[in-house]
Amino acid sequence: MTEARVDSDPGSDNTLLVTFAGDWMLGTGLPGAKSVLRQLQKQVTPDTVSFDTERLGEWDTGLIIALLAIHREAAKKDIKIDEAGLPEGARRLLGLAFAVPEREGDRRHAKETGFLERVGDSALDFTTGARDLLRFVGELVLSLGRFMHGTATYLRSDLLFYIQEAGAQAFAIVSVISFLIGMIFAFVGVMQLNMFGAGIYTADLVAVAMIREMAPIMTAIIMAGRTGAAYAAQIGTMKVNEEIDALETLGMQPVDFLVTPRVIALVLMMPLLTMYASLMGILGGLAVGIVMLDISLIQYIAQTVNAVDLSSLFGGLFKSIVYGSLVALAGCQQGMACGKSALAVGQSTTRAVVMGIVLIVVSASVLTVIYINIGI
Amino acid sequence: MSDSTPQIVAQNLTLAYGDFVVQRNLNFDIGRGDIFIIMGGSGCGKSTLLKCMIGLKSPALGDVYYNGIPFWSSGPGQQDAMKRGFGTTFQAGALWSSMTLAENIGLALRQYTELSDADIRDVVAYKLMLVGLAGFEDYYPSEISGGMMKRAGLARAMALDPEILFFDEPSAGLDPISAKLLDDLILELRDSLGTTVVIVTHELASILNIGNNSVFLDPVTKTQLATGDPKDLRDNHENLVVRNFLQRGTAEMMT
Repeated sequence: MTEARVDSDPGSDNTLLVTFAGDWMLGTGLPGAKSVLRQLQKQVTPDTVSFDTERLGEWDTGLIIALLAIHREAAKKDIKIDEAGLPEGARRLLGLAFAVPEREGDRRHAKETGFLERVGDSALDFTTGARDLLRFVGELVLSLGRFMHGTATYLRSDLLFYIQEAGAQAFAIVSVISFLIGMIFAFVGVMQLNMFGAGIYTADLVAVAMIREMAPIMTAIIMAGRTGAAYAAQIGTMKVNEEIDALETLGMQPVDFLVTPRVIALVLMMPLLTMYASLMGILGGLAVGIVMLDISLIQYIAQTVNAVDLSSLFGGLFKSIVYGSLVALAGCQQGMACGKSALAVGQSTTRAVVMGIVLIVVSASVLTVIYINIGI
Repeated sequence: MSDSTPQIVAQNLTLAYGDFVVQRNLNFDIGRGDIFIIMGGSGCGKSTLLKCMIGLKSPALGDVYYNGIPFWSSGPGQQDAMKRGFGTTFQAGALWSSMTLAENIGLALRQYTELSDADIRDVVAYKLMLVGLAGFEDYYPSEISGGMMKRAGLARAMALDPEILFFDEPSAGLDPISAKLLDDLILELRDSLGTTVVIVTHELASILNIGNNSVFLDPVTKTQLATGDPKDLRDNHENLVVRNFLQRGTAEMMT
């Protein structure tokens, strides 16, 4: 393989003769057309550019892009191009490249955006996002109304499937996480309370913490990662595949068909899972308690039963219903707002989980303040 | 073929995404029983026009009239009622992937008719037979080929015996024999049921074989260049772009 070279000599009667030599293959370190372009950009420009390719070896796109650069520069300066000296194949490829002219206004230019413009854009994005969310909540409320009246279109088998997905199939992960959370609380309790000789109150700590706060929050976060993400991905993929368009063209409400059954499934299952999570957490605490404290199983259980009242239980269950509906709302809203590409499905899944967790924690804070004020 | 009052009238339609205009000033009539072709080069807005006609994308200006009733100026309830007279097949089938073919086709029947489950099963079996998929009731869309999905999509679109059938690129990706069979099926549906058919396509063979009315969209001027019978446009239209398209780029300047 010989090295690619390009020379340009001002020839007779104001012609620039460009000589290509060697192998002009992509990926072999090409000299490019820069030296020729410099000639063309001089004050005194030639009338015509002609080519000599006698000593040109093998060539591919590497040669064509150099020729295109010369073409473009020559067109700007009204310099004629004499293609006679080029190989037959290169002439034809150039012809093809210019066969369909660029349409006016098709090319996109990277836009410089200033700091203020970006701030403004994100503020506008925020308001449209908030408006979309509100509209979605409104549609969901209307759809729930239709569901209660029995006029909504959905498949009962779908509803049962979602209930199974959000309920029975979440058992294993909820068991493991709550059991461990109960154990962690018990460890902390034993360490701290034993210093005051009050180790027995570990049972109170675990039971109250699990039932009032931790079981609802942990279950909701698990469901945000499991079910909320799944909702966003399922609905988002349906959007990409035009399946939602297909529903709409039949005059059906996608919200009735896709969103309401999912929301109902999660809202029904959340309190049950939360109750179960509380139980598992208390068992975890019990395991740690009877090993590390000098008390019997009966004592621990009696202490737990004394610590918990019914209002704590219902307070926790109410929280779980709120969290469940927020997780389902975030998942379905992000799914319905999904763009039409594989990337968009990933983004809306991520956003569903983030939005779900943020909503859970914010509403947990608000609810806790309210509970304290009304004395639950 | 078509009687005097057109069934579908597009009036001054302008289609845009944000401030990017796709097509402007579209005006055409579609008669009852017409096979109407929406054609034009790639990226000229054929699918966008179809989306506007089936109620998925609102036009920037203008309206589509069905039997004299403007679609986009009607309320949501009226729109849903009008949509029930449409059947649509999408480019990739767009079957609901969590349902079997029988459930896909049966959903609209279950929703909008009083048929019993056994009757629905019979209707579904018959629609699948029509598109050459007899016996595939209990397959999921992911278990059948792309061409079969398209045909299943057609069976779903025909479930309610719609007055108007819309097709988005029906023969793209089909082998020549299947494409011919699909064309025959479309003609058969029109002749036996009187269905009006609107097709987005750039398959020349289909355009000339089955189309008897059409609109030609141009991506450069962003408006329609011609409307009428495609065979007539091929031979006699004054615009070279239109004739070139319909003659696969071999049209001569008219003398």
